[in-house]
Amino acid sequence: MALLEIKDLCVSYGMISALKGISFEVNKGEVIALIGANGAGKTTTLHTLTGLIPAKSGSILFNGTELTKTPAHKIVKMGMAHVPEGRRIFQQLTVLDNLKLGAFIRKDKENFGADLEKIYKRFPRLEERKNQIAGTLSGGEQQMLAMGRALMSNPDIIVMDEPSMGLSPIMVSEIFDIIQSIRKDGTTVLLVEQNAKKALAISDRAYVLETGKIVLSGNAADLINDESVKKAYLGE
Amino acid sequence: MKLKSLKPQTKKSFTTYILAIAVFIIVQILNGTGSLTSMITGLLVPLCVYSIMAVSLNLTVGILGELSLGQAGFMCIGAYTSAMFSFVTQDTITQTYIRFPLALLIGGVIAALFGVLIGIPVLRLKGDYLAIVTLAFGEIIKNVFAALYLGYDSKGVHFSLTSQADLNLEADGTMIVNGALGISGTPNDSTFTIAFIALFAALVICYNFINSRTGRAVMSIRDNRIAAESVGLNITKYKLITFGLTAFLAGIGGALYSHNLYSLQASKFDYNLSILILVFVVLGGIGNIRGSVIAAVILTLLPELLRSINNYRMLIYSIILIAMMIITNNKKIRSYIDHYSDKTKKLFAKTFSRKSKEVN
Repeated sequence: MALLEIKDLCVSYGMISALKGISFEVNKGEVIALIGANGAGKTTTLHTLTGLIPAKSGSILFNGTELTKTPAHKIVKMGMAHVPEGRRIFQQLTVLDNLKLGAFIRKDKENFGADLEKIYKRFPRLEERKNQIAGTLSGGEQQMLAMGRALMSNPDIIVMDEPSMGLSPIMVSEIFDIIQSIRKDGTTVLLVEQNAKKALAISDRAYVLETGKIVLSGNAADLINDESVKKAYLGE
Repeated sequence: MKLKSLKPQTKKSFTTYILAIAVFIIVQILNGTGSLTSMITGLLVPLCVYSIMAVSLNLTVGILGELSLGQAGFMCIGAYTSAMFSFVTQDTITQTYIRFPLALLIGGVIAALFGVLIGIPVLRLKGDYLAIVTLAFGEIIKNVFAALYLGYDSKGVHFSLTSQADLNLEADGTMIVNGALGISGTPNDSTFTIAFIALFAALVICYNFINSRTGRAVMSIRDNRIAAESVGLNITKYKLITFGLTAFLAGIGGALYSHNLYSLQASKFDYNLSILILVFVVLGGIGNIRGSVIAAVILTLLPELLRSINNYRMLIYSIILIAMMIITNNKKIRSYIDHYSDKTKKLFAKTFSRKSKEVN
């Protein structure tokens, strides 16, 4: 059974339907990319998964549990962490406080220190700046903090919304390296990206969204060579 | 230096505690030697009350980041319920030191209860809408109390929202709340010492709340709601906790207030009072607990000190208010002040280190 199984998911904002019945699945240990242009419904998909907006119809099964009626804070407890779009960190709190909040729902306080060490090892920059106010970090550092914060909840799956948005090319490569290392440690990753080339390069499978529908899916390696994908998203 | 090993937040709160205690001792000494005018001694309890109100509102406005204009309503609930309690029990519980703390607690708890009840529907709103709705709730509370007639006799408790005659009290009955005339005959239990202890407790509660796990969660909601939800915080729960705590402290403030007056009327808890408390919070610095107390004290004392020039009193008061607003918001003036306060701090540190060397 897939770790995450989405079936015929429909979401609408008032009269406008943003998702018109999409279905996809994520298996344990995979990196799945969800690519598409602006307004395709990528962020809507993630927000519905994490309970921030309600689904109109359809089902989301996570580890066999239905998520469409579960409130956001319980979904995190079930093992799904969310790295929101645009580096939504807690601007006025310190880096360390941000990370502590990431572990907010955890009951096992004794492992907190060890996990914090792990995060610091993965993002040495965060340790250097642990007492700094998070809003004063650079864009890339803020993205690292958002990822570190999500990892602090010790999730089974981590969903990331455009982690490369607005970052310099060097920082983008660094972020994608980090995503691969997260996967190596056994965490499943669902990645939403506009940077289709980079996203396809590190994922196992991918789904292409277009105005609320999945128009293409398959192995990332195949999609990267697909003519229509090349034309529409890779700019070749 | 032991002070340096403390966390900056702990340092901040301890400075405030020490300042508060110092001011209390100085005032007590001055009071003991009789060098305070009767006007000032009469203001001591209200000063503590307004400080408590400002500190508690700062939790909602500064820490939770939501604008509430219903503070006077919660104060009204605390004032009325505690006054009713004291009025009824003043013959049965004669010891003030038992009755008054109980009255304070009742005022606080009932206000908190209403805070949570009102908070459940209201806290779904944001910004301006929340401000308008809390303002409306404050007015509703005030008007309900202004129309309330309550009395008891051998047959039990009677209440009415229309007139005294509707109560149908027996000849031996006693009126507790008499409509717009309010409650009179509340025992004057509020003293400066008790009011100060309540203020100090409010400060301790607020600082500990801000530095706690819960406080961190509340501040994260203020900073970014979506991110807070995405790390698994139950937003409604933490909003309600903060709103309830604000109402609790406001209720205690109200209880102190009502036990400082011989007669209590609901008309005092109008929206002007809510705005006044908000002004304390904004001028003291949003999220700055110590600032709230300082602003509350200055802005309560100021109109009284200006009484000698009665005709121009409110004119000067408003000019000072505008000036304070400009000074605290102007970056250039701020940096100028910061520059000089840094200099004095350095000077202070220098003399301090020299002194400690001499001791060695």
